[in-house]
Amino acid sequence: MKRYTWDRYQKTIPDDRFYYARSCIRQNFFPGSEAVFLRILRDDLGVDVFDDAKHTSCTGIGYHSDIVPLETIMTVVARQFALMTEAGYENMVSSCITSFGLYTEILTMWEHHPELEEQARANLKAATGRDFVKPKCVVHSSDLIFHFRERIAEKAKVRLVDPVSGRPLKVVDHIGCHYAKIFPTAGIGGSEFPYVLAGMVESWGGETVDYPERRHCCGFGFRNYLVQANRGVPLSNSRQKLESMAPYKPDFIVANCPGCTMFLDKWQYAISEIEGVTYGPDGRGIPVLSYEEMAGLVLGYGPWDLGMQMHQVSVEPLLNKLEIEYDESHKFLGNNGKYISHPAHCGL
Amino acid sequence: MGKYLDLLKEDIRFTEGLTACMNCGMCTAVCPSAGFYDYDPRQIMDTVQNGSDSAIEELLSGERIWYCGECMSCRPRCPRGNTPGYVIQALRTLSQKTGLFVKSEKGRQQLALKRTIGQNILDLGYCIHPTRIDPELHPEQGPVWRWIYDNAKDVFDRFGMGYDTDGSGAMRRIDEGSLDEIRRIFDLTGGTAFFERIEECSAEEAARRGMAEEADGRPRATDEYMNEVFTADSGGHTL
Repeated sequence: MKRYTWDRYQKTIPDDRFYYARSCIRQNFFPGSEAVFLRILRDDLGVDVFDDAKHTSCTGIGYHSDIVPLETIMTVVARQFALMTEAGYENMVSSCITSFGLYTEILTMWEHHPELEEQARANLKAATGRDFVKPKCVVHSSDLIFHFRERIAEKAKVRLVDPVSGRPLKVVDHIGCHYAKIFPTAGIGGSEFPYVLAGMVESWGGETVDYPERRHCCGFGFRNYLVQANRGVPLSNSRQKLESMAPYKPDFIVANCPGCTMFLDKWQYAISEIEGVTYGPDGRGIPVLSYEEMAGLVLGYGPWDLGMQMHQVSVEPLLNKLEIEYDESHKFLGNNGKYISHPAHCGL
Repeated sequence: MGKYLDLLKEDIRFTEGLTACMNCGMCTAVCPSAGFYDYDPRQIMDTVQNGSDSAIEELLSGERIWYCGECMSCRPRCPRGNTPGYVIQALRTLSQKTGLFVKSEKGRQQLALKRTIGQNILDLGYCIHPTRIDPELHPEQGPVWRWIYDNAKDVFDRFGMGYDTDGSGAMRRIDEGSLDEIRRIFDLTGGTAFFERIEECSAEEAARRGMAEEADGRPRATDEYMNEVFTADSGGHTL
């Protein structure tokens, strides 16, 4: 029975040739994650990934804020597929879980209602003159890191293990609702058996903690965060998650969704300001990593090349624990070693 | 059947989202908004399933349909295969088409979303952009975000990408040709008309409150109205 259930969550992931669709939130808050994702795939694994200048937002944040109609987003998504087709690719890799959910949802909708696909094709042709072939495969960028996790483990320079005690690091993961809950079988393990991040952690020496609110939403809720008057609800939901994971004394959080990664970081700051509560054993917060950052550290990329200086919760305690060498004086340098300035305050 | 139910049935998200609800409340139990808002998606499913015009109009005019965060946590949990989140999407679309959204505090917020996220899409090709996440409006983002906001080009350029320049990379400048295509898609598929509908209804509501002005020969809600809907919380929404 268990084997049968797990079989439902298997997906075939191609080994090569992907069209990369970037994420609005990941680009804004974690540009280093997107950069290192491409470096890992291209330089470390030899995978062909095309990074196209012409694609745009899928408009998913607008759609889930209910200002962008379904017909509109369907045609914008059709344009992304057309750009992929024109570039000569058949597989799409999305950096955003909401885009991933929407691509999957729209392809399923077209399968069940071919008239909607015809309408999207006609609209796209009329608006842009473009045609498209539907992707053979749509994956989220974490699916690819998961797919190649053992090859990454073979090249690992750092393992998720305390070098002094030999203890596996305790990792709490956050899977992201639009990855796992819209079409659960389209993700590795869905929300019932969230394995996409746990599989990476396991392969790289760490231990995933199955904390009670593991599957709970971070609370983002689009309009619930984007409109200032509503922000108490997303804050309260993230707090619920943080309170649930804190007793397990995790070494770090790893998150699948770019928004959730940002919120679990920033809300720790807000909670420390509002309530004076700080999580983590030393009161410095629980570092929050994207899976690209986690993979980058394992492969030996420097923390500031990964963009970890853009976090509010300081990552230095985790780097020290892993005995990763870094130069604090390089943290706030820009291109070509130019000193930018210091934030008024880092950490909590 | 009532007119509102007939209109809802024109939306595929309604017909796919509600087949037969037995009112078990699983959606409410798992809903992150229901944990803090005075919100019960089970009741909404019950109301639309009963099909009463007056009850649906009350939903379209009220606060409750605006509490959902569209995380879709309800979708895999419903034992009958319904998706309350899809029903909410259909209700919100109808509330805006009928203009009833301006009757509720949470509904009126649609103008703020249109003028921020909607404008970002049409101007820049992104839903959000570093230049438009003002630390004054986002104090929760903290001092590191302030540093990024003040030094965006330098911070982004470290990653070897062309911030706000032509070519590929994170937060690249989207070329005018691509932006024109997106704008034409919005024009052709009803996106532009939907934005205008939000503006028109909001202008009428703003005029009733003495917060409208003339722009291009038409009434328009002032920035003061926009700020009001962005920040107003009269209470009574949470548990």
